[in-house]
Amino acid sequence: MRMLLAGTQLADSAWNDAAIKLGNSLGAIAGFLGILLVVFFVAGRATGRLGRPTAIAVLLGPAVLLLLVGLVAPLIRTLYLSFRNDDSTRFLGGRNYGWALTTDSIHQVLLNTLLWLLVAPLAATGLGLALALAVERMKWQALYKSLVFMPMAVSLVGASIIWKFVYESREAGQPQIGLLSELVGRLGWKHPPNWILDHPLNDFLLMAVMVWVQTGFAMVVLSAAIKAIPDEVTEAARLDGASGLRLFWYVTVPMIRTTLVVVLTTVMIVTLKAFDIVRTMTGGNFGTQVLANEMYSQSFVQFNVGRGSALAVILFLAVLPLVAYNIVQLRKERTTR
Amino acid sequence: MTSQTSTVSVPLPAAKAVRKSFSSPLASVFVVVVTVLWTIPTFGLLATSLRRQQDVADSGWWNVFTHPELVLSNYHTVLFEGGFGVSGGLMPYLVNSLAISVPATVFPLVLASMAAYALAWVRFRGSDTLFFVIFALQVVPLQMALIPLLQLFSGGAHLGGVTIVPSFDLSGTYLPVWLAHTMFALPLAIFLLHNFISQLPRDLMEAAVVDGASHFRIFRSIVLPLCAPALASFAIFQFLWVWNDLLVALTFAGGTPDVAPMTVRLAQLSGSFGGRWELLTAGAFLSIIIPLIVFFSLQRYFVRGLLAGSVKG
Repeated sequence: MRMLLAGTQLADSAWNDAAIKLGNSLGAIAGFLGILLVVFFVAGRATGRLGRPTAIAVLLGPAVLLLLVGLVAPLIRTLYLSFRNDDSTRFLGGRNYGWALTTDSIHQVLLNTLLWLLVAPLAATGLGLALALAVERMKWQALYKSLVFMPMAVSLVGASIIWKFVYESREAGQPQIGLLSELVGRLGWKHPPNWILDHPLNDFLLMAVMVWVQTGFAMVVLSAAIKAIPDEVTEAARLDGASGLRLFWYVTVPMIRTTLVVVLTTVMIVTLKAFDIVRTMTGGNFGTQVLANEMYSQSFVQFNVGRGSALAVILFLAVLPLVAYNIVQLRKERTTR
Repeated sequence: MTSQTSTVSVPLPAAKAVRKSFSSPLASVFVVVVTVLWTIPTFGLLATSLRRQQDVADSGWWNVFTHPELVLSNYHTVLFEGGFGVSGGLMPYLVNSLAISVPATVFPLVLASMAAYALAWVRFRGSDTLFFVIFALQVVPLQMALIPLLQLFSGGAHLGGVTIVPSFDLSGTYLPVWLAHTMFALPLAIFLLHNFISQLPRDLMEAAVVDGASHFRIFRSIVLPLCAPALASFAIFQFLWVWNDLLVALTFAGGTPDVAPMTVRLAQLSGSFGGRWELLTAGAFLSIIIPLIVFFSLQRYFVRGLLAGSVKG
């Protein structure tokens, strides 16, 4: 039993600690802005021929330096490390990649990742599209949209805990505290499996968390795209006799096809890179491991830098075409506007 | 059930005709059911965090409707006492989350707006190419940069026996996390702000140059104030991104109460203990309450930032 007094002292020291840490953070911001102001003041005095080069160096220099150190150099170094052994002392050729493609446990990981990549984005986008169409003429639509969109603001760790609690399972006969067990129990399924432990069901239960998070995003973006379809287009189609589902399938869907693909690829990118859900809910056990989490485990739990880097490169190659497609679309959109 | 309405007299505005076909009672039921399904898990989390330990262990949270006995003691326990069989509560981690997120929002925002201004208005040979390269860096996933960056922060950089960057002892400080977040945020931030800054009226910029203002002066007194909406959108997006991040924090902050944010601690607790749901739910709710407040109060900016930043890596 902890006494009340001790509790208060703990609280006091926690507040002191908080004040120091936040003070440090604010100090860092103030220092950063202060240095910038001084540099601006000094560099601003350079005029004439020196003016422009100074301005370019001061304004662009820090960002370019950070990008070189933080992205460009690491990109090259990860490629290099992926051809070397666990502590980077020996050259291994393509053996890390061979390991990734031939080991059974990694096969399972790649298979799971592929399953995630197919199921979660399609489910989220499909559901989002259905909601975008259905919610349009309803009263209180802003309310429905906010509530469905809300999970997007929550961290994947938070979302995982929310759903781990939904999937909490106890022996039959005991009072259930997980919502899913209670629901299926009421519906008459007396001996459901222990959700999180049951492979391959658990894969889909984990994907449900991703769908829960991403559906709102798909809905909001697609809803905006549907609103942007010019009236004349649907009008003309209707005069030609299209209506209902035909109108939807032959007019609405083609008109928003680009947006649909962008939403799909965006959710795919998030899905490929997300390791938070698997890490928080199962830790990659019970056959649920995915590529992004395996990469983290190999690098920072097993400390096998070579294999971790090889997995990172595989992830990069998988994401590359999706992101490239998306940013090309984004750029096109900007230039046509 | 829908085609009849469209044949009656005045044609509906066309876009509405499509919606009309989905506005059957069935569609409304569908929306309501999905919304309820989407909201219930979070509500269950909140309800559980407010119940007594014994109640949580013995019965489902839906019993709050029949036995509404709510307490706040779980929050006091998780914040200050621990109660997970470990000493120390979540308070330091909550503070860390804030102490990481605010600077990791300000730094990239300021640096990116400076770079975006230079690329858009202080043009030089190769500025278009440079902009495109920065833009293209968005394809690099975080995972590609983690190992080398961690090695750099812990051991410095050497090339052929020559030390380029000496090793600093940064462990136990926020600096690696701030730096990593700043670096990873830059490509998207520069791209978005460049789009906005390059649209500023040319006349205004030229008038300022004619008046003899330096680029720094133009940047501070014209560009920054006019860009406030774009800056706000990106700031909100970046703040939530950092607050909700697990990967960068796990890699660069470690797991100690000195530096690690809420997400790292909750991921640990979720794996390591069983049964004490009233405490884990309280902790989880503490970590999502700030994003939820930001979301519901600044939804419009949030959506704008999110839509623009959805390809962020």
